[in-house]
Amino acid sequence: MLRYTFIRALSLSLSLIVASVIIFAVIEVIPGDPAAYMLGMNAAPETVDALRDSLGLNGSIPARYFDWVTGMLAGDFGRSYTYRVPVSELITQRLQVSLPLALYALALSTLIAFPVGVIAAARRASTLDYGIMGATQLGIAVPNFWFAMLLVLFFAINLRWFSAGGFPGWDAGLLPGLKALTLPAVALALPQASILARVMRSSLLETLGQDYIRTARAKGLSRRQATTRHALRNAMIPVLTIIGLQFSFLLAGAIIIENVFFLPGLGRLIFQGITQRDLVVVESLVMLLVFAVIVVTFLVDLAYAAVDPRLRRQP
Amino acid sequence: MKVPAQLIFGAALSAIFLAGAAISFFWTPHDVTLLSIPEKLAGPSGKFWLGTDHFGRDILSMLMVGARTSIAVAVVAVGIGILLGVPLGLTAAANRGGWLDEFIMRGNDLIFAFPSLVIAILITAVFGPSALNAILAIGIFNIPVFARVTRGGALSLWTLDYILSARVAGKGAARISLEHILPNIANLLIVQGTIQFSLGILAEAGLSYVGLGAQPPTPSWGRMLADAQTMIYTVPRLAMLPGLSIVAMVLGLNLMGDGLRDILDPRIRRGRA
Repeated sequence: MLRYTFIRALSLSLSLIVASVIIFAVIEVIPGDPAAYMLGMNAAPETVDALRDSLGLNGSIPARYFDWVTGMLAGDFGRSYTYRVPVSELITQRLQVSLPLALYALALSTLIAFPVGVIAAARRASTLDYGIMGATQLGIAVPNFWFAMLLVLFFAINLRWFSAGGFPGWDAGLLPGLKALTLPAVALALPQASILARVMRSSLLETLGQDYIRTARAKGLSRRQATTRHALRNAMIPVLTIIGLQFSFLLAGAIIIENVFFLPGLGRLIFQGITQRDLVVVESLVMLLVFAVIVVTFLVDLAYAAVDPRLRRQP
Repeated sequence: MKVPAQLIFGAALSAIFLAGAAISFFWTPHDVTLLSIPEKLAGPSGKFWLGTDHFGRDILSMLMVGARTSIAVAVVAVGIGILLGVPLGLTAAANRGGWLDEFIMRGNDLIFAFPSLVIAILITAVFGPSALNAILAIGIFNIPVFARVTRGGALSLWTLDYILSARVAGKGAARISLEHILPNIANLLIVQGTIQFSLGILAEAGLSYVGLGAQPPTPSWGRMLADAQTMIYTVPRLAMLPGLSIVAMVLGLNLMGDGLRDILDPRIRRGRA
């Protein structure tokens, strides 16, 4: 396990380095002069020079890359050109919305998908199973931002149970904060839960067909006992992978959903960065998102290898 | 062989939108670039079958051209994934265990860490938004998907006897990959292609909704939804029709993919027997 962890960690650092080179190249090298790009066509040459100076764009390309990476490692993500504050400050502020939203959605989708998937598998080929499979098929096909608009129409505009958007801030208390995140989290969770429930069902069905389950049944365990004691644990492995893989979709989804509900999260920040040509913000945020995906994949791989020793042989 | 009902239903559902998109090349009920403010927000009528939007444009015509945008983006993105991903997967499988295999697969993992939305954000930040960005972003994301499916399918074939005899006959790895491996994994690729097609439709809708995809005046389902959002209470029809179109198209493609897999994937067929 130690050797496996070491090899995976090595490949993790390599991935992060290559990813950062790609992002740096796209944002800072391809446009030619980022300072001129950020200021637009009508900027005075002196202004461009001043910005180039303050962004540290006068050094050589390798030196700038090195400064950018070492800065991030020390928690310095540069200074936002439009907000005139350190990007790290913006990130900590916005993460207080985006992270709880992603976790809320993840918790919801897992809480819905597990029982639904298990019930469908236990009642295989029944009307209930077909109903669940049909509903999940539909859930996968619904774009989450459109589902979010429907939720707003019914629960915010017609029933007035929730507000249609915005975020009161955690200072207003835990409950108002969670309430503001509820509709967005539900919208994010629906497609994820549909996929997860289907994976849960098929994985459990496959496990239930294994010889050791038959042995357990032959020993006198009821179907329910065999399922809860033996099958569920083994069926969890593919489910865990999917949860890990879904993380990147969850992040991307959160970026779009934040725009539907006008939530002041990372997603709004990144789009403001794009429209205001604040390349410093875009560059750091993209790196942060890719970093999150790579690290989560790494952690899932490790969790995997810890659960199933057979997987450690293939680094 | 019995054709699964979901395949027929899915294909029929997708065919409606494919037909609508195809017809829109020659004819739409009304011109989608023509604004007619006096006729704005009209309800369904003999003249406008599905009503008009806030600029007086015909919704049915916009849906037809929007289908064209979505389908074009998704199809080209699948094409990029196949054209680049399949050769990569074949090469990796032919060099299984070697450094080239390792290099290609690690590269795949790396691209996987860039969700198509993030790729679109990167490209848009530098080049500005366009439908081409959406195609590139979704296409790049498709490459590792097809590479992985190709490699997985090819790996199991390389262990078979008929491949061994081809090698004994003196065929090189490239020829074997093209002549013997590729035709035998075509089924897998068709099924995966259908799935990526439907994911592409969803991704395109998301990108154009947030403004990273097709730009006005090109109609697209995602943009129609973005425009409808502020009027959802007064004219819910504007948000319902494009949304339902996306759901129906994606549902049709997914059902078609499941049905195709049932027919084409021999492992599942054996499991059913």
